[in-house]
Amino acid sequence: MESKDSAHIDQSGIDSLYAEIDYWHVNTGEQTIHAKRMPGRFRTIKWITSSVWILFFLGPYLRWNGQQAVLFDIAGRQFHIFNLTILPQDIWMLALVLLFFSLLLAAVTSIAGRVYCGYFCFQTVWTDVFIWLEEKLEGHPSKRMKLDKAPWNFYKIRIKTIKHILWLVIGVLTGISFTLWFADAYTMWASYFSFDAPMVAWITVGTFTFFTYLFAGHMREQVCFWLCPYARIQGVMADATTIMPTYDLARGEPRGKLKKKSVTEGGQQGDCIDCKQCVAVCPTGIDIRNGQQEGCITCALCIDACDAVMDKISRPHGLIRYASLKELDGAPALPLYKRPRVIVYFSFLALILAGLIYGITHLGFLELKILHERQPLYVQQSDGSIQNKYVLKILNKTDQVMSVNVSATGLEQLELQGVESAFQLSPGRVNAFTVFIRVAPEHIHQGRTAVDFVVHDINQPDIRVNYQSMFFAPNPP
Amino acid sequence: MSDQKNSTHAKDTGHTWDDNLRELTNQPPRWWMISFYLSLAWVVVYFVLFPALPLANSYTKGILDWTQMKEFQGDLAELEKIRAPFETRIAKMPVSAILGDKELSNYSVQSAKVLFGDRCAPCHGNGGAGNPGFPVLADDDWLFGGKIEQIHQSIMNGRRGSMPGFATNSTPAEIDLLAQHVLALSEGGSNPVGRNLFVNKGCAGCHGMDGKGLEMMGSANLTDKIWRFSPVTKDSVKHTISHGVNNAMDKNTRNAVMPSFAQQLSDAEIKKLAVYVHQLGGGK
Repeated sequence: MESKDSAHIDQSGIDSLYAEIDYWHVNTGEQTIHAKRMPGRFRTIKWITSSVWILFFLGPYLRWNGQQAVLFDIAGRQFHIFNLTILPQDIWMLALVLLFFSLLLAAVTSIAGRVYCGYFCFQTVWTDVFIWLEEKLEGHPSKRMKLDKAPWNFYKIRIKTIKHILWLVIGVLTGISFTLWFADAYTMWASYFSFDAPMVAWITVGTFTFFTYLFAGHMREQVCFWLCPYARIQGVMADATTIMPTYDLARGEPRGKLKKKSVTEGGQQGDCIDCKQCVAVCPTGIDIRNGQQEGCITCALCIDACDAVMDKISRPHGLIRYASLKELDGAPALPLYKRPRVIVYFSFLALILAGLIYGITHLGFLELKILHERQPLYVQQSDGSIQNKYVLKILNKTDQVMSVNVSATGLEQLELQGVESAFQLSPGRVNAFTVFIRVAPEHIHQGRTAVDFVVHDINQPDIRVNYQSMFFAPNPP
Repeated sequence: MSDQKNSTHAKDTGHTWDDNLRELTNQPPRWWMISFYLSLAWVVVYFVLFPALPLANSYTKGILDWTQMKEFQGDLAELEKIRAPFETRIAKMPVSAILGDKELSNYSVQSAKVLFGDRCAPCHGNGGAGNPGFPVLADDDWLFGGKIEQIHQSIMNGRRGSMPGFATNSTPAEIDLLAQHVLALSEGGSNPVGRNLFVNKGCAGCHGMDGKGLEMMGSANLTDKIWRFSPVTKDSVKHTISHGVNNAMDKNTRNAVMPSFAQQLSDAEIKKLAVYVHQLGGGK
C-alpha cells in the first residue's frame, strides 16, 4: 500500500467528522434512526428512480379517447388500459403479469441485490420523502435528536404538529390516488368533496392514510427488518457473483482513526479511517463494514458518504462500492450471460412475456362456449328425427351491441333451429342463447358426431369464433 | 433483544429442567397483551349486541335484535325487489305475450327451473326427458297440444287421458290385428284387416280416421314414432288396447293422470312453468 500524502489532507474536515462520531450507532431498533443526508451520485439516482411513483399520483388523470386511460373498473368487471379492455375471461394475463414481476424481482436480485428495496420500493420512497420533510422542518440529524430529547415547548409542539399534519396529508393523498385507479378520477374527487363517495373508498383512504403514516412516519426501517419477507429471502436469491454495496475489507483494514502522526507512519493502517460516515447516512442504521446483512436495502448511500471521505483524505473512491464477493476475493466474475441463474430466470421471463404478448394480441372480439344439454342428451321427435339442445354462451368483448349469425356443420342435412333471427349481443357481457339441432335418422351414423358451431358478426364477417360440440343420438343398430 | 431477555440474568420461576431449561417470567409483548384485553372487551360488547346466553325458555336477545333468520329474510326481500318488476308484468300479461317478450321469457326460464325440478321433474324427468309411463316434454308430440296456451291449461287444470278397454268386446285375434295395424301406422304403413277393425271398433272415433289423434280429446297420434306407453312392443300395445287408459272397470288399465296445479302454484308460477316447458324443445 502506498504511503498517504498528508499534504493534501484537510485535517480540520476530518476532525469535524470525528466530532459527530458519538451520534452514529448501529441500529438495534430501540431508537429512531436520524440518518444524515448528503448529496452524491447514488442520492441523485435515488431521486430519479423514486420519481417513477409520480406516475402513481398522476396516472389516473391521463385521458385516452375521452376516457380514463387506465381504469380498473372492479364493479363493471372490466380493466381499461389505453385501447385494451380486459374482461374477467382474460384475467389469466394478470396472473402472468404478477408472475413476471415476482420473477423479475428474483432475477434482478441475483444480479444486483435488492435494487427494488433501495431505489423503488414504496416503503423506501415514502420514508425518504417523510424524512426529507422532517429535515426541512426540524433540521439536520443532531438537531432532530436534540429536539426529540427537549422538553415540550411551544416551538417543539408547533414543529411537530406541522410535521405530522404534512405526513397525514401525504397519507391521504396516497390513499385517494390509489382509489382513483378504480373509478373515474374526476368524479371520485367530486364525491370526496361532497362526502358521497362509496364506503369502500373511505375505508381504503383511511387504511392507506393510517398505514402510510405508521410505516413511513414511525416504523420506517423496522418494516424492512421485521415486516417485509423479501429481506429474509434475499439470502437465497443472491450468490457470490451478485454485486452489492460492499466494504473492501482488504483495502480498509486495519481501520483506525486518522491522526496527523499515523499518516506519516505509512502502510500500517488501512484506508478506513473509522469516521462512521457510512453508518451515519444509512437509512436502516447498519454498519456495512460488517458485511452483507438483512438490514441492507442496497440504497448505496454509504458509497456516496465513503467516496466523499476518500476525496477528503485523497484516497481513491470505492472503499465501499458495488462489488461481488468473488470480485473481492480477486476471482474473475463470469459474464452475465454465462451465469446459470441469470439464464434460467431470464428464459422464464421471456416465456412469460411471450405469453403476455400472445394474450394481448389475441384478445379477439368474441368468445364462444357451448353447453350441450345433458338431460336429456337427445330427444326423438314425432317424425323420428333426433334433436339435441345447446346453450350458446357468447361473450361480446367490444363496447358496442353486436349482431351475430350462428351456423353449424358436421352432419348431413342438419337443421339448426332457434337461429331464425340474428342474435343481439350486449357489449361486455356473456349472452346466452338456446338452439336446437335436428337430424333425420338416416343421416346419423354414430352415437356421437362432432358438430362445429361458427358465430360471426353480421357487419364484419371476419370477426368470427368457432367451437366444437357433440351431437348425441342413439347408437344405430 | 430476545437474546438479552433469555440471558442468565432474566428472572425465572425457579423451575429448571435438564440442568439449564428455565421457565422465565418475561412479560408477553405489549401488542399481544393489548389485543388480548381488546378481545376480552369485545366479548362483552358482543354479549350486549348479539344473542348470546341461553335462558330457561329463551335467550338474551342482544340490543341489535339480530337473528340469522331476519338477515336471511332481509336478503330475500332484496331479491324479491329485483324480481318484482318482472313478476308484476308476468302476473298481468297473457302467457303467449310472455313467451313473445324475450326478456320475460328468459326470466321465466331461469326462474322456473327450480319449480320444474320440484313439481314436474319427479314424473317427467330432468329437462323433460320423460320416464316410463310419463310423457317426454322435450319432443314435439303433444297429447293435448303444444301451443303455449294449451301447455298452460295442462298445468293449471291437469289432464286425464281416457280410453276404453277392448278386452271385453273383442277376441284376442282382433286385438292382435289392431296392434299390428297401430304398429304399422307409426312406420307409415297400414294393416288392411286391422284398418277395418280400427274403424269398426270405434278407434277412429277418438284417434281419427287417419290415426293422427285429436288434441281436443287428448287421444294419441298413432302415426308418429312417439309412444305414450313404453316399452314399445306389440305386447305393450295389446295391453293398452285390451285394458284402456284410466278405465275404471279394469284394474289392469293404464294410468295417465296429470294433476292440476291451480291449487298448489300461483298464477304467475304456472305461467312461468308453461314458458319453461314450451322452451324445452318441443313447444309449438
